[in-house]
Amino acid sequence: MLKLKSPYEIKELQLCLEASETARPCISVCDGSGCKASGADNVIKSLRAELDKRGLQGTIDLKSTGCHGFCEKGPVMIVWPEKVFYNGVSLSDAKDIVNSVSNGHKPVERLLYKDPATGERILHEHDVPFYARQQRILFGNNGKLDPKDIRDYIKVGGYSALGKALTDFSPEQVVEAVKRSGLRGRGGAGFPTGVKWEALRNSAVRPRYIVCNADEGDPGAFMDRSLLEGNPHSVIEGIIIGAYALEAKEAYVYVRAEYPLAVEHLTVAIQQAEKAGLLGDNILGSKMSFRIHLVQGAGAFVCGEETALLASIEGRVGEPHPRPPYPVQKGLWGKPTVINNVKTWASVPVIINKGADWYASIGTERSKGTMVFSLVGKINNTGLVEVPMGITLREMIYEIGGGIPKGKKLKAIQIGGPSGGCIPASMIDLPIDYEALTQAGSMMGSGGMVVMDEDTCMVDVARYFMEFLEEESCGKCFPCREGTQQMKGILNRIAQGKGEESDLELLDDAGWMIKETSLCGLGQTAPNPVLSTLRYFRDEYEAHIRDKKCPAKVCRELIVYQIDETICDGCHACVRVCASEAILGEKDKAHEIESAKCIKCGACLEVCQPKAVLVH
Amino acid sequence: MPTLTINGIEVQVEKGTTVLEAARFLGIPIPTLCHDDGLVPYGACRLCLVEVSNGRKQTLQASCCLPAEDGLKVLTHSARVERARRLLVEMYVAVCPSSKRIQDMASAMGVRQVRYQAKHETCIQCGLCVRTCEQQMMAGAIGFSGRGLNRSVSRPFDMTSELCRQCGACLYVCPVCESRCQGPQAESTLCNGCLNISTVCFQSYDNAMCFLEPCHACEIGGPFRADVQVKPRSKDFTRIGEK
Ligand SMILES: Cc1cc2nc3c(=O)[nH]c(=O)nc-3n(C[C@H](O)[C@H](O)[C@H](O)COP(=O)(O)O)c2cc1C
Ligand code: SF4
Ligand code: SF4
Ligand code: SF4
Ligand code: SF4
Ligand code: FES
Ligand code: FES
Repeated sequence: MLKLKSPYEIKELQLCLEASETARPCISVCDGSGCKASGADNVIKSLRAELDKRGLQGTIDLKSTGCHGFCEKGPVMIVWPEKVFYNGVSLSDAKDIVNSVSNGHKPVERLLYKDPATGERILHEHDVPFYARQQRILFGNNGKLDPKDIRDYIKVGGYSALGKALTDFSPEQVVEAVKRSGLRGRGGAGFPTGVKWEALRNSAVRPRYIVCNADEGDPGAFMDRSLLEGNPHSVIEGIIIGAYALEAKEAYVYVRAEYPLAVEHLTVAIQQAEKAGLLGDNILGSKMSFRIHLVQGAGAFVCGEETALLASIEGRVGEPHPRPPYPVQKGLWGKPTVINNVKTWASVPVIINKGADWYASIGTERSKGTMVFSLVGKINNTGLVEVPMGITLREMIYEIGGGIPKGKKLKAIQIGGPSGGCIPASMIDLPIDYEALTQAGSMMGSGGMVVMDEDTCMVDVARYFMEFLEEESCGKCFPCREGTQQMKGILNRIAQGKGEESDLELLDDAGWMIKETSLCGLGQTAPNPVLSTLRYFRDEYEAHIRDKKCPAKVCRELIVYQIDETICDGCHACVRVCASEAILGEKDKAHEIESAKCIKCGACLEVCQPKAVLVH
Repeated sequence: MPTLTINGIEVQVEKGTTVLEAARFLGIPIPTLCHDDGLVPYGACRLCLVEVSNGRKQTLQASCCLPAEDGLKVLTHSARVERARRLLVEMYVAVCPSSKRIQDMASAMGVRQVRYQAKHETCIQCGLCVRTCEQQMMAGAIGFSGRGLNRSVSRPFDMTSELCRQCGACLYVCPVCESRCQGPQAESTLCNGCLNISTVCFQSYDNAMCFLEPCHACEIGGPFRADVQVKPRSKDFTRIGEK
């Protein structure tokens, strides 16, 4: 690709690319990590083979794209220009798909999405309920472009925001626009991005650095990864605009080493941007020079914390440091540094292109724009969703998520990653908003959303998250290192039926203390899962302590497996699956479980046809 | 020169001063475990917390690391601070009941119960030894390794490093290595004893280095122990180890 020498040339190139777009149909197959896992690579291979076999390579385009969000139904694909949406495609479907595309586009009925509510097949992606309530301003292009081809990005209007910023905005005006848009950091704390940038501009110290936080250590979160894999140029464009506004010469993108695909796509994208004159010296013919370096992180969760991350880039131990001084005062190598999350950077081009006021019109009073969640747990449609701020949890769970599987009841929603709080089903009309979530004892965090149904034990949930956080605590400061361990110990005790009434007060006290006194955000939020479940599900804790019962029948130490002899027909099925030989009984006579031997694995429960196995 | 308010008292300090230093300048005692003049602040023990308001929010911050800035409003002993400190010290006692420094703090703060499981650790990871070795002895013979619960002070390859000059400074600064206070309640983790008897050594405590040997006052026990008579103070009393 030729070097672009002025902002104007971006526009020209875009028009040129648009014009060259033929009426050729294009099959764009999702090759994101989710769909890859369900066999997208093979689907692509077989589609290619099918096209080759029929000599259709020049007539039908094939493209592999980043994640479309609906990974649950993967591999998914869209056939352009009709925008037909196929899901659950397997390699044997290649023939029918190519057939349909080459013969007048009669859609392959069986691969269309079937609405579970009505049973109807849905033709277009935007009509699928999962997508209908979303507003995908960051992720919308993922399904349209090949992440390894900068021209694809430019074709959909990419880098036009950079051109606009360079020609129509002064650096101060860019900061002003970001401030006015109301954008808040998407990495967790939700600090107003424009205010952070302004604070950096107030410092006279040079050089200034930019850092993009792509550490994404939350288990089950894959928002940043999907964006970097599917549309790396949108993040790069945001960073370059930031560099213009902040007059920085260098940026570091800190990516988790476990994301090889993201690293690969980002590396390619940076090279392409350099070749195109969008990075390097004299960007787009201006006086601006700017470079982006890639740093691969070793992987600890706490390395996502900004001061630990900076230490890690500098080659020091990835442990947090007290703030102030904040990174904007003293960051990388002691120099002023702005650090923002991947999605925060990717929001910047949107704000420049569509205007701060347009962006600020989305959302609530204090939470603007869109938020990306990874929706997982006991929910029908798991996946990546991008919604306008202010949408209620009800819309999230029932409209986008398609409700709870197997007709079970919703119990709680845990929001914000491992240290997010659990919000009870009774508060389902709560809007997604930084302040509303914090007030409810949870947090926006990085956008993890775990849905829990009635079979979930809240003590067990609290124990699970505490265990994770105990392991992820860096150990530098006392309350987090020892406190998480003590709290886990108490929760274990309660879950084993050895808890005492006074333990609840102790958990409250310890939780409050750890939140108030810990050095970094990890410790300051670690007690959230415990404190929120104590607040909303105290009766469940009490049942464990007073009655030595686990109401959801999850905590192993508190349940017994028994066989109802009036129902048991003595089929012997359970005896065969019981690994610890705890079931006794002659064939055709009622069986019995020897509770001392029973390890409560539940294997008998699953095989028993007449449902004679009971759990108390 | 920044001017800040500590407990309602306005104080002007030099740029670069920490809030802890400013408070101590005013004579306000703030407990610390990981602070030492002459070492770079570390912020790990969290005991030096104070309540700070920046106009918008009131938060607890470690005063040893907090630069004294213009207009800061600091409370060193608000109810919130005291509660946090007490709960923190309660956990410290559980983790490291053998530290006299910690026991004394617990006693002074009125901690009367320890509800956590005792752990009897030999280190609270205050980092004083590591920093002393590196910043005062210029040796850098010890450091932290591991993460989370596996984090510990260690030597390279677990052998005495060639860099170590056997100066003993690391032992000297350690708030835990002091021998255990032989309190009157051997079976409980919490002691309280020393502060309730008229101890003999407190006047000369600073230069006495009495922690190298069990302290007489502690050995004797306090008024809580029925089987021990508290000896009256006498002039010819000598400390163990002192000739
Ligand atoms: C334990 C911990 C882990 C964090 N992990 C991440 C992360 O993976 N990605 C991220 O962007 N921010 C993470 N953060 C937040 C960062 O410290 C920082 O606030 C953020 O990168 C700032 O960018 P933003 O203003 O765009 O959100 C983490 C914070 C803590 C305390
Ligand atoms: S709060 Fe936890 S993770 Fe953060 S510095 Fe302290 S020990 Fe490390
Ligand atoms: S599987 Fe059920 S019915 Fe068959 S022996 Fe076991 S308990 Fe009885
Ligand atoms: S004795 Fe060795 S390890 Fe300890 S402070 Fe001196 S040089 Fe460092
Ligand atoms: S050995 Fe002593 S001085 Fe060193 S970190 Fe542990 S408690 Fe602190
Ligand atoms: S990976 Fe294909 S939809 Fe997410
Ligand atoms: S003295 Fe400030 S945190 Fe330890």
